[in-house]
Amino acid sequence: MSGFTISRRTMLAGSAMLLASTAMPTLGLAQTPKKGGRLVLAADSEPRNLNPAIVASNGVFFISSKIVETLAEASFDGKDGLAPRLAVGWEGTADGLSVTFKLREGVKWHDGKPFTSADVAFSALQIWKPLQNLGRTVFKDLSTVDTPDDLTAVFKFAKPTPFQLIRNALPALSSVVPKHIYEVGKIEDNPANTAPIGTGPFKFGEYKAGQYYRLTRNSDYWGKDEPYLDEIIYQVLPDRTSAASALEAEEIQLAAFSAVPLADLDRISKVPGLKVITKGYEGLTYQLVVEINHRRKELADVKVRQAIAHAIDKDFVVKTVFLGYAATATGPVPKNDPQFYTADVPTYAFDVAKANALLDEAGYKKGADGNRFSLKLLPAPYFNETKQFGDYLRQALAAIGIDAQLVNNDSAAHIKAVYTDHAFDLAVGPPVFRGDPAISTTILVQSGIPDGVPFSNQGGYKNDALDALIAKASETLDTSARTELYKEFQKEVAADLPLINVAEWSFVSVARDAVGNIANNPRWAVSNWADTYLAG
Amino acid sequence: MTRALTLLRHRLVGSIFVLLIVIIGTFLLLEAAPGDAVDAYIVSTGGDAGMIELLRHRWGLDQSELTRLANYLWALLHLDLGQSVTFSRPIRDVILERLPNTLLLMVSATALSFGLGSALGIYAGARPGSARDRFVSIGSLALYAVPGFWLGLVLIVIFAVDLRWLPIGGIETLASDKAGLDRAADIATHLVLPVSALGFIYLALYLRMMRAGMAEAWRQDFVLAARARGLSRRRIVLAHVARNALLPLVTMLGLQSAQMLGGSVVIESVFSVPGLGRLAQEAVAARDTPLLLGIILVSAVLVIFINLAVDIAYVFLDPRVGASEAGA
Repeated sequence: MSGFTISRRTMLAGSAMLLASTAMPTLGLAQTPKKGGRLVLAADSEPRNLNPAIVASNGVFFISSKIVETLAEASFDGKDGLAPRLAVGWEGTADGLSVTFKLREGVKWHDGKPFTSADVAFSALQIWKPLQNLGRTVFKDLSTVDTPDDLTAVFKFAKPTPFQLIRNALPALSSVVPKHIYEVGKIEDNPANTAPIGTGPFKFGEYKAGQYYRLTRNSDYWGKDEPYLDEIIYQVLPDRTSAASALEAEEIQLAAFSAVPLADLDRISKVPGLKVITKGYEGLTYQLVVEINHRRKELADVKVRQAIAHAIDKDFVVKTVFLGYAATATGPVPKNDPQFYTADVPTYAFDVAKANALLDEAGYKKGADGNRFSLKLLPAPYFNETKQFGDYLRQALAAIGIDAQLVNNDSAAHIKAVYTDHAFDLAVGPPVFRGDPAISTTILVQSGIPDGVPFSNQGGYKNDALDALIAKASETLDTSARTELYKEFQKEVAADLPLINVAEWSFVSVARDAVGNIANNPRWAVSNWADTYLAG
Repeated sequence: MTRALTLLRHRLVGSIFVLLIVIIGTFLLLEAAPGDAVDAYIVSTGGDAGMIELLRHRWGLDQSELTRLANYLWALLHLDLGQSVTFSRPIRDVILERLPNTLLLMVSATALSFGLGSALGIYAGARPGSARDRFVSIGSLALYAVPGFWLGLVLIVIFAVDLRWLPIGGIETLASDKAGLDRAADIATHLVLPVSALGFIYLALYLRMMRAGMAEAWRQDFVLAARARGLSRRRIVLAHVARNALLPLVTMLGLQSAQMLGGSVVIESVFSVPGLGRLAQEAVAARDTPLLLGIILVSAVLVIFINLAVDIAYVFLDPRVGASEAGA
């Protein structure tokens, strides 16, 4: 094992990092899975509502995906990138008006009651469609769910809905909660929102605010011999430096979602007994994007936007801001998406001379002080990297004669300034790509969205051709035709630059060598961990 | 005794006005901050216009500022601190859960800085200008200059990561089901590092006050008289010099309690202690106005009571104080 550690260290030092890490879980399989044990890991935030059917967000999934399961989970090798969970089969009709789910047999809720199609119907109609942050869009045309028997649920749509979209939405949007618990009283006030009851491999144990969440083994789980672990403890560590220290002191065994800052990874990868893993987040890709306020007359000119794109050295950003733990972006769909991505789009090489020429052409000559005009730049404060990229962008813009004034806000103030008040010229945002452009990507450039909707086009951009393309794709049922339309969409966005995609990144896990079966699916950190184990 | 009661009455009436000003001030300050609780919430979830409207309505944020302030004050009259939007729980419960941890941290750290600070102050002040006086004074000043979070991190690296003598953070071992004395010992172990980090910073303050007070007292006639009576140096230092220098330290104790509450925000974050300071920080980030108001209110009451206790202690320590207050 020690020889392996040294060779890994050498590999990690170079830029081969991403490649090296893909090989690691395979090496980890040499250990024999063992039953029992308590996995302690770092949690940096404390979601209060733990109901993933209402709040479909990674912060909530991180904890509740072990308790409440979805119909299907993302998979590296399954058909359409999916692995069955509560559903064992799914099929859509050609008219896009109905999808049939075959459900798993012999599944029980944590309180012992049987799981049936009635639970799926209730979750879909009473929660996903009216209450869920993402489901309100994807399931907006869902009209009824028929339950011919206990193990069949047939979703009926009022308007044709692409089966591909429903399929792609399953891992994040289809958490099923028990009808018998939620049909009493108001769903939003149900006590199960803070102490969830599900079908998953782990039961909710307790939550001590500011300290920990405890999940305990579900001995009645449907997965044969699963789960391996007896307990999972999420230790709340609010300070950015705590996770690394806690790993080194062996107080925790895992820090997911980049709880260990990128700058510490090099050092921590040299600590014996710890491994750095970049796999297992392929389905949770964040995009580093420059949001543009097209109400500013300078920025309404496509030449100016192209100039800004040429002024950004994407390779430098990946190397310096993300220390190599990212990839450069070409457009609104990330490179690692297996279904929709196309590289065949207009690109903007780093070229300061060309950027300057474009700005001259647009009629914004440099003044006596070397500046063409001034802009207000608001980097989102949610990640270290978005803030650091804000600093970089300011310098990059200075090089082409644009004077950017940084405005730093906290999260609530940033959301209000950008998405409600539109008090920005440029903003740096980290939108998430959720496996299908229709879930949360087209909304970034589409027109006609009311003020105040976060992570949407609030820059006043309107492009009729693009809007028509998005509308057409949303009602195209044929999978390959729909995919083609989204390739068109990527081309149009890259050409007209309603926003500028700079880089794509996922997260990094650091774990003790004993933790096994890490990163074995593309949404590992937010999957159910039924097969995660601690080697002796 | 009547002097103490008069003082108490005067102070309590004044305190109510102080509290009212604190509440209204905090409310307005938080209202002036851009973004509300819904803005803070949707950072991690996103959501469409309908969902946002629904949330604003549910959390009562569609009402005007004045209505909300009036509602809050009205509820407060009935001793109701309201409901936290981020925790969806009564604020009283949320605060009561955290208050003991912060009090434990504050009281222990104050005891450390006051006790050790004044002891070292006596040690240094017993022989002003000596080598040991200089060493202690400079050492404590260096500690005072160190930022709290840095001291905390260094303590963690040395004692928790490298030596592994002490836990890196938290208030007790997680989910350990310890009880009774076992649990008390466990909590004490967890408190060593945060209390040291918080206590050592304020140590210098007491030390230097003590030392300065003693230097002053040495020049007084009663010291000369004590010497003339042939008392031992030890007795002069402890019973005459140090005792006279102690009075201003008691005042400092009251003032310092407010600062400790502020300092605990940083220390609680670094050591992951689930206390009031960290809760306040979270409440600001989440724009949970009623929760923050509740925390400020509890802290203000705490500080007022500590200072009241100090004043009452003064009445007994120094007869002149109560007389002038009561006469005014």
